[in-house]
Amino acid sequence: MLDNLGWLIQGFEQAATPMNLLYACIGVLLGTAVGVLPGIGPAMTVALLLPITYNVSPSAAFIMFAGIFYGGMYGGSTTSILLNTPGESSSVITAIEGNKMAKAGRAAQALATAAIGSFVAGTIGTVLLALFAPAISRFAVTLGAPSYLAIMLFALVAVTAVLGSSKLRGGISLFLGLAIGLVGIDSLTGQARATFGLPQLSDGIDIVVIAVAVFALGEALWVAAHLRQKPAEVIPVGRPWMGKSDWRRSWKPWLRGTAYGFPFGALPAGGAELPTFLSYITEKKLSKHPEEFGKGAIEGVAGPEAANNASAAGTLVPMLSLGLPTNATAAVMLTAFVSYGIQPGPTLFDKEPLLIWTLIASLFIGNFLLLVLNLPLAPLWAKLLRTPRPYLYAGILFFATLGAFAVNIQPLDLVLLLVFGLLGLMMRRFGLPVLPLIIGVILGPRIERQLRQSLQLGGGEWGSLFTEPVAIGVYVCMALLLLAPLVLKLMHRSEETLLLVEDDKDQREKAQA
Amino acid sequence: MIVVGYTADQYGQAALEHAMTEASLRGTGLLVVNSTKGDAYVDPAFAGAPEVHDVEERLKTSGLAYELTQPVGVDPVDELLTVMDRPDAELLVIGIRHRNPVGKLLLGSVSQQLILECQKPVLAVKPVV
Repeated sequence: MLDNLGWLIQGFEQAATPMNLLYACIGVLLGTAVGVLPGIGPAMTVALLLPITYNVSPSAAFIMFAGIFYGGMYGGSTTSILLNTPGESSSVITAIEGNKMAKAGRAAQALATAAIGSFVAGTIGTVLLALFAPAISRFAVTLGAPSYLAIMLFALVAVTAVLGSSKLRGGISLFLGLAIGLVGIDSLTGQARATFGLPQLSDGIDIVVIAVAVFALGEALWVAAHLRQKPAEVIPVGRPWMGKSDWRRSWKPWLRGTAYGFPFGALPAGGAELPTFLSYITEKKLSKHPEEFGKGAIEGVAGPEAANNASAAGTLVPMLSLGLPTNATAAVMLTAFVSYGIQPGPTLFDKEPLLIWTLIASLFIGNFLLLVLNLPLAPLWAKLLRTPRPYLYAGILFFATLGAFAVNIQPLDLVLLLVFGLLGLMMRRFGLPVLPLIIGVILGPRIERQLRQSLQLGGGEWGSLFTEPVAIGVYVCMALLLLAPLVLKLMHRSEETLLLVEDDKDQREKAQA
Repeated sequence: MIVVGYTADQYGQAALEHAMTEASLRGTGLLVVNSTKGDAYVDPAFAGAPEVHDVEERLKTSGLAYELTQPVGVDPVDELLTVMDRPDAELLVIGIRHRNPVGKLLLGSVSQQLILECQKPVLAVKPVV
């Protein structure tokens, strides 16, 4: 514990150097900007900025990416509150109460509670990250290949089967991702797989090309297909501030939101949407002013905003300690690790302690910078929404093409960019979630390697996969996760109604009252 | 029929005022066009529901025959020129702001295009300072 504190202080020394502070500033500015704009998110931005890893030192690059990640969570709330359109998928719940508050003339209070709540949650979340990640990583080093395989499989299953409305769509997306990850020359046997006879494909399809194609190009094509829409009304607001009663009503939701957000962010299936939803329901139940919900209750903004920032911190726990990405931005950041030649995994804390602790220290700094940026400047960020989309997406396409070409300077990558861009468009058209695809591409090869290592260590026996207690435990959890919906269906209740049944009761009571 | 190129700011309101005066002098109706290109998430020139309500109230109390349309996804200049091609359109009223030549080069000027390209008379008004 004490050495970790020592490392953290060293991290602060590094993070506070002018160069790293500059990158932190750029990161948080970009992050807030992309958070504010609907359709563009931190995952796409980090994917577009991956080419900078060729020239910039690892700590500076990761500081910028982490700033973008946190900033995205802050920026999303501004659009949700002022426009009723969520800037990020994690801000959907904030839009419910936040926009109502804004329409009632309390936009300043809504923005203030969102920004301060995000700061509180981000700080507490980062402290928890600094406490838990080293501990988990120390534990994870003792795990053997079978357990590590089990955990990665669990992450795959959880992301596919728990998130999203349809397991079938998640499964399709996952298998597409696994198939794309398969392309290349097999490292063990030297056999060419799915290379279609093209020698350029023997190294596999670069993850940068896929990430950029699916996120940036897919989104740009989708927006181009739905370009001309009625513009939304933005609610004019002055400087965000909160009154005393607002503070009193907000501080407990902030803490509760953090408590929801952090564990869910750390779990593979969590994401940021589920904890915000749970936080909203909890605040509605525990509120002393339940009649205000639906008309603009400040707790309904404070809790979910804290939850989504805490889940961003939570996502970094498995990413840094296990090398396991639990959301799209973490997945793309892992790619950056690999492109620096740093192996993500449990040994990261031992091999690159200064880098990791600099990153954690800069999270604290970035969080503070975000509060300073967002509190006075929120109305200014809303002005960003006036940019016509053609210009915005033209810029994104430019960087996307540049990034994809810069990876290997081969024209085939541009063709692949287009092909996977069309795939991204089709996925958006048919409602296939993008996250399982990216996780499949990134984790697929690693899972295969772990599987083969386990089998080789066990002498080719499939039973050797079940020898470690952690592995067995994880497989049991996985089975439970997959079977739970079937069991619930047998009990004549679906899992969606479990969450919604309370709301129905309230609505019926309201209708009768 | 008098056509008003309306925007949700002081220029549009000045245009509406002058158009209403003109319409009552000539004894004809009004067509208020508030279009948007639909490109951006937020368009400050597009009138939102409360403003539309206010404008309609004013038009109703003035006693003139009026029509208010809000086309989305059209180029503002093309839309107004198409509307002016109608046989019953007599006059186009727009509010103008001063733009220096560099501004016109960089951002374009809808009012300059309309004044130069519209075949029928154009009344360009400025808001009362």
